[in-house]
Amino acid sequence: MFSDYSLAELGSIFVMQGFAGLILFSVFVLMALGLAIIFGQMGVINMAHGEFMILGAYVTYFTSQFFLNYLPGLFGIYFFIAMILAFIAAGALGMAVEWLMIRRLYKRPLDTLLATWGLSLILQQIYRSVFGPREVGVELPGWMMGSLPVTDSIEMQINGLFVMGLTICITIAVALLMYRSNWGIQVRAVVQNRIMAGAVGINTEKVDRYTFGLGCGIAGVAGSAFTMIGSTGPTSGQLYIVDTFLVVVFGGAQSLLGTIASAFTISQAQSTLEFFLSGSMAKVLTLLGVVIILMLRPQGLFVIKVRR
Amino acid sequence: MTQSGRTFFLRPRDMIGIVILAFLLIVVLPLTLDNFRLQFVGKYLTYAFVALGLVLCWGYAGILSLGQGVFFGLGGYCMAMFLKLEASSVANTKIQTTPGIPDFMDWNQITALPWFWEPFRSFPFTVLAVVLVPAIFAFIVGFALFKRRVGGVYFAIITQALAAIMTILIVGQQGYTGGINGITDLRTLNGWDIRTDSAKTVLYFVCVGLLIACILIAYFVKSSKLGRILVAMRDKEDRVRFSGYDVSNFKVFVFCLAASLSAIGGAMFTLQVGFMSPSFVGIVPSIEMVIYTAVGGRLSILGAIYGTLLVNWAKTSFSETFPELWLLGLGGLFIAVVLAFPNGIAGLWQTYVAPRLGPLFSDAVKRRDATPPATPPASGPVAPAAAE
Repeated sequence: MFSDYSLAELGSIFVMQGFAGLILFSVFVLMALGLAIIFGQMGVINMAHGEFMILGAYVTYFTSQFFLNYLPGLFGIYFFIAMILAFIAAGALGMAVEWLMIRRLYKRPLDTLLATWGLSLILQQIYRSVFGPREVGVELPGWMMGSLPVTDSIEMQINGLFVMGLTICITIAVALLMYRSNWGIQVRAVVQNRIMAGAVGINTEKVDRYTFGLGCGIAGVAGSAFTMIGSTGPTSGQLYIVDTFLVVVFGGAQSLLGTIASAFTISQAQSTLEFFLSGSMAKVLTLLGVVIILMLRPQGLFVIKVRR
Repeated sequence: MTQSGRTFFLRPRDMIGIVILAFLLIVVLPLTLDNFRLQFVGKYLTYAFVALGLVLCWGYAGILSLGQGVFFGLGGYCMAMFLKLEASSVANTKIQTTPGIPDFMDWNQITALPWFWEPFRSFPFTVLAVVLVPAIFAFIVGFALFKRRVGGVYFAIITQALAAIMTILIVGQQGYTGGINGITDLRTLNGWDIRTDSAKTVLYFVCVGLLIACILIAYFVKSSKLGRILVAMRDKEDRVRFSGYDVSNFKVFVFCLAASLSAIGGAMFTLQVGFMSPSFVGIVPSIEMVIYTAVGGRLSILGAIYGTLLVNWAKTSFSETFPELWLLGLGGLFIAVVLAFPNGIAGLWQTYVAPRLGPLFSDAVKRRDATPPATPPASGPVAPAAAE
């Protein structure tokens, strides 16, 4: 499959597909970060994660409409405000869901899967009724349009670069929060040994609620970033949920580093294969590869050693 | 829970339950429903095969598979390939560039029948393939995963990924599989036209007969020593392992059995509905099949059948009148069943109705004393965190 292209062309193809893969990677990482916190740390399977992401996307869309109509002068910076609003909206919904539903199911992880699937159906239908079945796209501010020419055959879109930068910032923030802050220590303590964590005075219920809220909030931010590179519809979230779960499981559920590494592997494999095969076969081969590796190494790429 | 000294695998109340179900399906429904509605019930019953498999696999063995649609689809596609080959005889397809191959292959510029279609010209092979292909597939998946002690949540996610892969593959390989439209325009089974009303009625009764046979198999497995090991494994896997049993073999077996049952349902679906498409294979149908089982009661073989009928009947009537409400209703059903009625309809029946029905059902009363009904079935906590 390589023989039709010259060496320089192949180089450009790999760089361009690599860049497309990096955008996919950013979306995967942003979605998987929230999921890794909820699934990896709490053991809850949140099948509605995609819908939390879409909530963030809709919040971003409406913020952009608001700025376009009422504050056109500040349109250049609307995205940052939208991102904060998306975080708050998705996080608040997440905390409400945790309080109403998830906290009753901590001992039955398979049942959280079914219940959150139900939640995702409800949210999809609500989005469809409230926001309409059509996909919506946001208007990008002027400084995000266009692309940077690197060489004459390689170009990089600014919005893609922006999403990547954003991904890096959010990842660092989450890593600091989980591994350096007092709160992160509490979260990890509760995960490793709930009873002992309670005994030393950690309010485990509160930690659970905020952890779930944080995971959903990050999903909201992911949705916000997602609007920069794609349009939003009521069922967009479902497209990514299986891939994201595979990313998290493949990386080793409790390791942030593993999540990032596996998101990178999967997205790069998929986008590189996409150029040479049809899109569907690229996806089939990637997913199949992941499943086969998981059969051989079920614990994922990176494992935290915990004595139980 | 065991009754030592019992020689026959059905308890009296199980027999009564099966007879009532059979009476309902064979006598009451055909007499009260018109042909159109009866065909709907026949379609629902094909999902009941899947639900039956899930009771054994999920309810008894604690293995939640979110990929049952794959097996349903494999069974359905095996049958559809046979019917399609029969429908695309050289005489029927003489307007094509290559006569004698299915029409969608001709549209996709394929000039020869692919090798894996070839054996499906034979009916006995097809019947065997319906049962065996999904079982072999389930064996490969189950063997690889259970031997490495992958279970619970991880197993659910991997099977779900398999469902996604299968759909993408079928849709993507349009020339070989019929793509998103599936395999349509099926006409005859060994020369017998399956599209007429009378044929559909006959197929309905065949479906009921097969379902009852499968129910008996399920009861047999449940009451055998194997069934007791499955339950023990679900509740305390390590203890069973320490007692010297190879846990993974039992899991592989029950997973394969569930796959074969689902595939029989899929084949009957193809026969009754007259087509098979990837929309019955993917993630959404697979997880809907789980909810049929959950609504009926994941621990009750007969409950799962009633659950399937009830949810599908609700789906059809809701989607006819308020299409936008159906998703809300289905979502609410998922949440309500999990939070409020983890044992489904069968749980409600055993707690509230059965104790009032007299000594024949006294078993339910005894069991209620032993385990308080408020406790959900031990389906979640038993799922061992896989990667430890």
